[in-house]
Amino acid sequence: MGAKKASPDLLNSSFSFKSLKLKTKQQELLLRVSILGLVYVLAFIARLFSVLRYESMIHEFDPYFNYRTTLYLTEKGFYEFWNWFDSESWYPLGRIIGGTLYPGLMVTAALIYWTLRFLRFFVHIREVCVLTAPFFASNTTIVAYFFGKEIWDTGAGLVAAALIAICPGYISRSVAGSYDNEAVAIFALLLTFYLFVKAVKTGSLSWALGSAFGYFYMVSAWGGYVFIINLVPLYVLVLLITGRYSMRLYVAYNCMYILGMLLAMQIRFVGFQHVQSGEHMGAMGVFLLMQVFYFLDWVKYQLNDTKLFQTFLRITVTSAILVGGIALGVGTASGYISPWTGRFYSLLDPTYAKDHIPIIASVSEHQPTAWSSFMFDYHILLFLFPAGLYFCFKRLSDATIFIVMYGLTSLYFAGVMVRLILVATPAVCLISAIAVSATVKNLTSLLRTKQKVPQTGSTKGVGSSKSSSKVTLDQSQPFQKNGAIALLVGVFYLLSRYAIHCTWVTSEAYSSPSIVLAARGAHGNRIIFDDYREAYYWLRQNTPTDAKVMSWWDYGYQITAMGNRTVIVDNNTWNNTHIATVGRAMSSYEDEAYDIMRSLDVNYVLVVFGGVTGYSSDDINKFLWMVRIGGGVYPVIKEPDYLVNGEFRVDKGASPKMLNCLMYKLCYYRFGELVTEYGKPTGYDRARGVEIGNKDIKLEHLEEAYTTSNWIVRIYRVKPPTNRL
Amino acid sequence: MVKSTSKDAQDLFRSLHSAYSATPTNLKIIDLYVVFAVFTALIQVAYMALVGSFPFNSFLSGVLSCVGTAVLAVCLRIQVNKENKEFKHKTVVTNLRGIVAMFVIAV
Repeated sequence: MGAKKASPDLLNSSFSFKSLKLKTKQQELLLRVSILGLVYVLAFIARLFSVLRYESMIHEFDPYFNYRTTLYLTEKGFYEFWNWFDSESWYPLGRIIGGTLYPGLMVTAALIYWTLRFLRFFVHIREVCVLTAPFFASNTTIVAYFFGKEIWDTGAGLVAAALIAICPGYISRSVAGSYDNEAVAIFALLLTFYLFVKAVKTGSLSWALGSAFGYFYMVSAWGGYVFIINLVPLYVLVLLITGRYSMRLYVAYNCMYILGMLLAMQIRFVGFQHVQSGEHMGAMGVFLLMQVFYFLDWVKYQLNDTKLFQTFLRITVTSAILVGGIALGVGTASGYISPWTGRFYSLLDPTYAKDHIPIIASVSEHQPTAWSSFMFDYHILLFLFPAGLYFCFKRLSDATIFIVMYGLTSLYFAGVMVRLILVATPAVCLISAIAVSATVKNLTSLLRTKQKVPQTGSTKGVGSSKSSSKVTLDQSQPFQKNGAIALLVGVFYLLSRYAIHCTWVTSEAYSSPSIVLAARGAHGNRIIFDDYREAYYWLRQNTPTDAKVMSWWDYGYQITAMGNRTVIVDNNTWNNTHIATVGRAMSSYEDEAYDIMRSLDVNYVLVVFGGVTGYSSDDINKFLWMVRIGGGVYPVIKEPDYLVNGEFRVDKGASPKMLNCLMYKLCYYRFGELVTEYGKPTGYDRARGVEIGNKDIKLEHLEEAYTTSNWIVRIYRVKPPTNRL
Repeated sequence: MVKSTSKDAQDLFRSLHSAYSATPTNLKIIDLYVVFAVFTALIQVAYMALVGSFPFNSFLSGVLSCVGTAVLAVCLRIQVNKENKEFKHKTVVTNLRGIVAMFVIAV
């Protein structure tokens, strides 16, 4: 090395280039680590808008149940938690919580809480719950980096991590305060997929073991694990069909399936579904198919003689198909293998829920996705996705086939249900990252070879064929360097617009805790409506401890968690008839409703009313769903009774049944005397934009107990029956 | 037709037998273990058919652990088989230890 220093310029530059190369590797490592660190922090802080604007509280409805269970777990311990029977919800039936929830999220939060306490950080469990989702979002970006590295290279991994850190599709369900199963589940999903792809690539048992444990974590966290247990066998099937089967695939899938299945059955809620439910049969079928396939392959290898092998093949294939067919037929016909449940069946047949199961159809998250939602949640990733698919098909390997399948299937399901955009987000980010990384790599290599040309032009053997081809290109198109620079600037502009869009979307659309509402006052100042919590705390402090509250099922979890009172129905919606009974009570005349309420031992009724504030997610707007669900079980409730010419109205032209049903009376009691807007008559409903029809409401069996300061939540007490004398 | 198929079957059986006896002994031991595991699983299924499936948990755990050990043993066999070109190892001895360790942990 030292002797070469005295040589001419070329070798001198090559020496410094070589020492530069060593430093470049270290520099590259430093760059990668710092980028990942920044992305990690970014993913966390991008989700903190609502904590900074309002306060550190739990959002929405479902997270309140998760919070309550986590609180119970940390106070009472595992044994009590696992065997918990809750008598405070679904009165008078109760709910076996220990066996009907996915414990992954609660156990994770409890473990973090106990670790922090062990380190003498005495935080409240609520803080841990609020910040669990952003923490796991950061971890997801790290997994995305490794996954991208597996599929393509480190550059794609870095871009994938950065894209997924701020992608609105993921942020929508993992913002701080959104303490829901998906927060942990997406991390588990990506981890399982990464470990499985790694297992298929290396064929080692350790990675397959890892993916089995990842699958176990996913099963404990979310019901969406059904996606994994169907995608992985589908992927194996595709590999078998395209002839890419290998011993590595055998090792990876078998280990993951058997161990994963055994582990998954430890969760009581899942139970025996892996061997009994139709949704899991695909995995078992592929498992048996693999055994047959590889057995045949081994026999073929042993025999080395085609004619004998053909006979053997004929015998085994026919017998295998016969046995498999008979088993499946007997199982399905006898009802031992249960058919696909409604929730998942509606994914394959989107019209199923609307006709047969109104409760599933009524949830707004289950509606089909509009194009605007796709654009809102993905922005530039929408057109980078096909570009990435192109690159994947150019370099097909086991890993890229997997990500292509994941992307296509998840996008199909995202089109069927808005909620599933979340599941498609990692795939879309990864594939788009491949497009971005490959494009940028090509462009920058175009730029760099231009600089190398004068130095390496003299030595023939040094330059690779790629650089020599670039040399010839250079001579024909002198503006290529400028074109490359322009395109690079374009790419960076697109990515910066993406970042701006994501931040705006997070700040405006996805950071509102639905329990606290905000609006702009007349002078532009911000007004906060904290009516929900006001009502729940009134309930907690002013009602007897064994009081039972009837409300629509949306508010059940919040009432039990914050109001600490027994409810009739809540968000778990496991008993359709019970919900239909409540729906019937809400849509009947006051006398019939009173009979139903007495039969359920109801003491208080809670309704949400948005007429004074213009809040549009109130019970009157949900009323038709109450009628439909009630009518689905009790034919005495007919939807056309409440409509006028097919139209839902609350003003003078509304149907008489609508004007006198319990929900109408409870929402609009004393509302007829109120002036809500300047220049409008009294009793003007700001949410529907009409003057109400029945202003003179008299309640016979109920009396008003409490109305919050903005009239959003109204609570009524059920009067005991009058003396018969 | 029947005669030719039975003759084919006999030829098949004989060539399979001769080909199989060529495999090294350690692989044969693993194969024996696999057969034992599958046999245990079949016995459990027969028992369940006779006596009834309560409690289902124990039946499932029994059968699945048998199937699991069978599958893992097959994976071990695949990785140990020198004729398998995909698992190139630097030195067979040290990697053998790693593979066996993984198998034990998995079981």
